[in-house]
Amino acid sequence: MESQKTSSVKIRIPTPLRSYTNDQSTVAVGGATVEEALQSLTQAYPALEPHLYHENGELRSFVNIYLGDDDIRYLNGPDTELPDDAELSIVPSIAGG
Amino acid sequence: MTSVVVAFTGGAVVLWGLGRNLLTVNVLSPLSLPGRGFFSYQVFATMSTLHVAGAKQSRSLDSSVLSAIGRTPLLRLQCAEPGPGARVRVFGKAEFMNPGGSVKDRPALRIVKEGIESGRFDPNRHVLIDATSGNTGIAYAMLGAAMSFTVELAIPANASSERKRLLRSLGATLHLTDPLEGTDGAQAKVRNLVAKSNGQYFYPDQYNNEANWRSHFETTGPEILQQTNGEITHFITGLGTTGTFMGVSRYLQQFDDSIARVAMQPDSPLHGLEGLKHMATARVPGIYDADIATDQVVISTSDAYAMTRRMAREEGLMVGPSAGANVAAAARLARSIDVGTVVTILCDTGSRYLSDSFWDEPESATHVQSTPD
Repeated sequence: MESQKTSSVKIRIPTPLRSYTNDQSTVAVGGATVEEALQSLTQAYPALEPHLYHENGELRSFVNIYLGDDDIRYLNGPDTELPDDAELSIVPSIAGG
Repeated sequence: MTSVVVAFTGGAVVLWGLGRNLLTVNVLSPLSLPGRGFFSYQVFATMSTLHVAGAKQSRSLDSSVLSAIGRTPLLRLQCAEPGPGARVRVFGKAEFMNPGGSVKDRPALRIVKEGIESGRFDPNRHVLIDATSGNTGIAYAMLGAAMSFTVELAIPANASSERKRLLRSLGATLHLTDPLEGTDGAQAKVRNLVAKSNGQYFYPDQYNNEANWRSHFETTGPEILQQTNGEITHFITGLGTTGTFMGVSRYLQQFDDSIARVAMQPDSPLHGLEGLKHMATARVPGIYDADIATDQVVISTSDAYAMTRRMAREEGLMVGPSAGANVAAAARLARSIDVGTVVTILCDTGSRYLSDSFWDEPESATHVQSTPD
């Protein structure tokens, strides 16, 4: 289903992925849903795509996306609608020790 | 032969020859448990030292939780073996059976012991502070409770609720850090707190503390060699702080340089393997020396999750995803050789990850793919 409006979204990039975003810690994109915002992100930075998505186009199950403080798994997943000025975070697993 | 160590253990005598051709191990255990005498000596010596150094109260540490650290079983993992007729065996060192539920009990104990012995750590005066992804913190907190010292930990806020509750239940104070910065951010937080302090902290810095790998050189490595009767041909484990890999590998290399020492890491900077580091995009621990490894391999999160589920359903072993990654890597290694004894590490208990969704992924995804390296 095509979304009705495009929101302004800020995506926070974790340190392990910043080498793919020219060392930017946040990237501003547009999108009415989480999926659309992530698509905008990977269009702007194509090298990110294999780290977020399977080859079949599905979001990798272990990729943690938060809308504000909420894990989108407990909202509506990638179809979660975004308010204007939404903040998404790509949260890495905790590494080492 | 390079050397022989003789230890007297209150009725037990251990002769340990280093060098494959002259390996001689004779153990008369005071516990009547074959193979445990040498390690009992080490643990009792450790406890004695800590008791003399003293904590806030005069407490006996004999038979305390400290005595349960180490001497873990080595378990046969048939789910990781190539199949009937193959001359390759795969074993997992059951580190999740340590009292703190992970391999990190060993370095935490060694770090505390060396801190006290060196005079850097006075349990009566100092607060132990460090950064952690959870398991080392749990071990520190366990020791702090048993030995009556105070523990503060910096940990990314996205650590599982089970871990945070466990840490607080053991009495630790938590400094929650930005999830996007990972344990690198937690380390920065600790350095900042220590810099602003008035000397009340003991900051062992597990990522750069030589006691980390030495704990495995002195306990885990010898145990593996003894439990395989010196027949180990390949050691493979994932890299986090790198202490386990460095310590065990150095011990095995000293015993026989032909034993393969394979370092594993996640295949992507964004992965689901808590505890493991993707070295190319992480702060590399100061104790890591890549030259010790004879080979480097990567494992995908999906393969690791699949093996973690298989370990539960086929071996009855509830372990965490980093252990699943280790076993997946060991299984792939086992398929690549004709004969050998492969050993890996079962790092921590799966009960620490019960709120993760990967346990519920479809059965069709539960077999490790035969993907090439």
